[in-house]
Amino acid sequence: MLRYTLNRFKWAIITLWAVITLTFIIMHTIPGNPFAKEGAMPPAVYENLQTHYGLDKPLLTQYGNYLLEVVQFDFGPSLKSSSISVNDYILKGFPVSLHLGAQALVIAIFFGLILGVVASLKRNKWPDYFSMVIAIVGISVPNFILATILINYFAIKWHIFPVATWATWQHTILPSIALSMMPLAFIARLMRTSMLEVMGQDYILTAKAKGLKRSGVIIKHAIRNALLPIITILGILTANIVTGSFIIERIFGIPGMGDMFVKGISNRDYPVILGSTIVYSAVLIILIFIVDVAYTLIDPRIKVTGEKK
Amino acid sequence: MKKSKFSVLALLMAIMLILAACNGGSKETSKENEGGSGDSSKEKVLNVNNSSEPGSLHPANAQGTHESWILEHTFEGLTKKTEEGKIVPGNAESWKISEDGLKWTFKLKEGLKWSNGDPLTAHDFEYAWKYALKPETAADYAYQLYYLKGGEAYNSKKGKEEDVGVKATDDLTLEVTLEKPTPYFLDLTSFYTFYPIDKKVQEENPKWALDAKTHVSNGPFKLTEWKHKESLKIEKNENYYDKDKIKLDAVNFALIEDENTAWQMYQSGELDLAYPLPVDIQGQMVNSDDKEFKMGKELAVYYYNFNTKVKPFNNAKVRKALSMAIERQKITDNVAQGGQKPAFGVVPPGIPDASGDFQENTGDLFKEDVTEAKKLLKEGLAEEGMKKLPDFSILYNTLDSHKKIAEAVQGMWRDNLGVEVTLENAEFQVKLDREKAGDFEISRAGWVGDYVDPMTFMLWETDGAYNDAGWSNKEYDKLLNEAKSTMEPKERMDALHKAEKVMIDEMPILPVYFYTKPYMVKSNVTGVYAPINAYPNFVYADKK
Repeated sequence: MLRYTLNRFKWAIITLWAVITLTFIIMHTIPGNPFAKEGAMPPAVYENLQTHYGLDKPLLTQYGNYLLEVVQFDFGPSLKSSSISVNDYILKGFPVSLHLGAQALVIAIFFGLILGVVASLKRNKWPDYFSMVIAIVGISVPNFILATILINYFAIKWHIFPVATWATWQHTILPSIALSMMPLAFIARLMRTSMLEVMGQDYILTAKAKGLKRSGVIIKHAIRNALLPIITILGILTANIVTGSFIIERIFGIPGMGDMFVKGISNRDYPVILGSTIVYSAVLIILIFIVDVAYTLIDPRIKVTGEKK
Repeated sequence: MKKSKFSVLALLMAIMLILAACNGGSKETSKENEGGSGDSSKEKVLNVNNSSEPGSLHPANAQGTHESWILEHTFEGLTKKTEEGKIVPGNAESWKISEDGLKWTFKLKEGLKWSNGDPLTAHDFEYAWKYALKPETAADYAYQLYYLKGGEAYNSKKGKEEDVGVKATDDLTLEVTLEKPTPYFLDLTSFYTFYPIDKKVQEENPKWALDAKTHVSNGPFKLTEWKHKESLKIEKNENYYDKDKIKLDAVNFALIEDENTAWQMYQSGELDLAYPLPVDIQGQMVNSDDKEFKMGKELAVYYYNFNTKVKPFNNAKVRKALSMAIERQKITDNVAQGGQKPAFGVVPPGIPDASGDFQENTGDLFKEDVTEAKKLLKEGLAEEGMKKLPDFSILYNTLDSHKKIAEAVQGMWRDNLGVEVTLENAEFQVKLDREKAGDFEISRAGWVGDYVDPMTFMLWETDGAYNDAGWSNKEYDKLLNEAKSTMEPKERMDALHKAEKVMIDEMPILPVYFYTKPYMVKSNVTGVYAPINAYPNFVYADKK
């Protein structure tokens, strides 16, 4: 297990390095520069900015310097905002995005699993139809529309929750719900299918034939095994939620990391682009790793060892 | 089984713990915010939205409206502007101008203080202006100080700091020497790059502007809280010379980028002022008699560049034909919807002439006329040896409103001239790059004046930095030089009127409309006004 973990760690570092290098190359090949404005900037001002941020140096030197900085966990300054460094951006934004994402994920997993299980157990009855209607709505209604509807009713009309910003726990409710609907629906549908498949397996019939209680069969044998596909997608789903909540963060004025990457690109803010890419990649790599480990824990038949090729 | 149950449980517990930890950190904020709403306390707190995180709150490093709105309330220059746009003394008490218009001597008010209690002297102004020009500062707006003698040379490392034309001869006197006569220099001294900075603080702690705790300013308000990407708070500055006239205790700036969300916060009462408004709300409000709706003037023009280096847009008749064949009123009424004024020139209303308003005195410099446009297009194309317009496109940067306007223009050209144009959407930075490289036929543009003078809209000098149309006209250049070399108002304005006419006659750009500044203020808030080239000002506002 240790050998496997170390091996995975080595590959994680190599993947991160590859991501940094590729992003660096792509970033400098796309048109546009961070200091372009409507109307040309006097050449002296432009040169002073280039010198100030070290962009006048050869690309290879810039790349080398950047790698040295990253090794020391210094992601550099933002070219567009002298008031906040990329480290500040990440330190400030990531916990917020993580909070929002985790809260949404908890809602999605909890209600998604319940809806999925109920739908499969009450197949073709009203609980099934109800669950699947929710799932269809969740998948087909974009989260920004849902966010607007939630704000309109819960904030403006009924004054139950505030419209936007991230000050109190009340502020976190509407964005978490809006963000959770899609994964919730996804989990519900997957869980339903998975449960139906498992319930038809021979060992379930055997368990029933052995006279085990229905609830025991469902909890002990069916749900446990039906969870496997859910856990497989959970890593990617988590990464998507944590890093992909740009629209929700924007609508609710949440100071997360969501807009960092998008704005970084549109501003050609090189250190912001690289910093956010590194964080996103790291999150994805870590989550995939956790899921792999969790998978082996849940299904003892799957053993991943360093020896296995 | 036990092991797996435990692991799933542990994972959920970990998530919950993270949530709890994150939540714990934000509880303090909630109380502060609740207090800041002003309902329970007697404090007068205004809640507004600054739609983006300020890049810097240092006058030398600030780059745009997101910074300037806060700086305009926390700092003050030598002069300031009234509601009517008049320039009145700010930190300066009086000033004298030499006959040739080159030497300006400002006398500062006595007893001026910084928000930390430090005395504010003319030396702080000299220091701040030279600091912004210093190449190592890398200030975006350093060129606003190129009006000073030796300013450009120092900024481009060709001159020395001591040769820059600003000198504090004593604590209360600031002598400024300009490169050329600049009649609108007084207006510039109210612009943020010309604000002073506390020399002592800057030398002791170069990072003073990054944190509310160390931020020092000289305006009616001082920065007391800055939660990055979340909110800002400014409070009344007890050391401000005019503090008795300041009625608000504090202003909270939310940092919400989405216009619709900000509007919803205004509707729910979380904000007292909403600006900018979403386009459809503008449309609704313009046609309503809502008392909270205010229509401010804006010093800006929306236009299309013609690439005059490319056939057949090198031909003035073709350019004029396209310009005469669009229906601006329909665009402003149905697409832009903000009460904008169709533009038949390039200088917007609201700028004083030698007497009266410059734009009103100019009137319309051309007319929309489809029959004439058809004729001109035919003639222009024939002159270029063409029978019909080749494939061309309108290049615009990604924004829904630009797209809608481009679609309207596309339809009008199709209906009125039988001309087909494609629309090309590009990211802002890419659009700028392509404009600079001349890689376009027609491109969307807009220009917001830096100061209240028609000169700020005279952008089409040969090889001028902002002349993306690539147009060149000797007569236009000559008239601008005439205007730049005199301080005599009538002579200057005459030259500028003629220059605008010469340019519009050849139409290297297609003016569409003059912007407006629609905003909403709650009825219990008074004293808010919108200066022509700034966001709504609430220095003297009150809240009941």
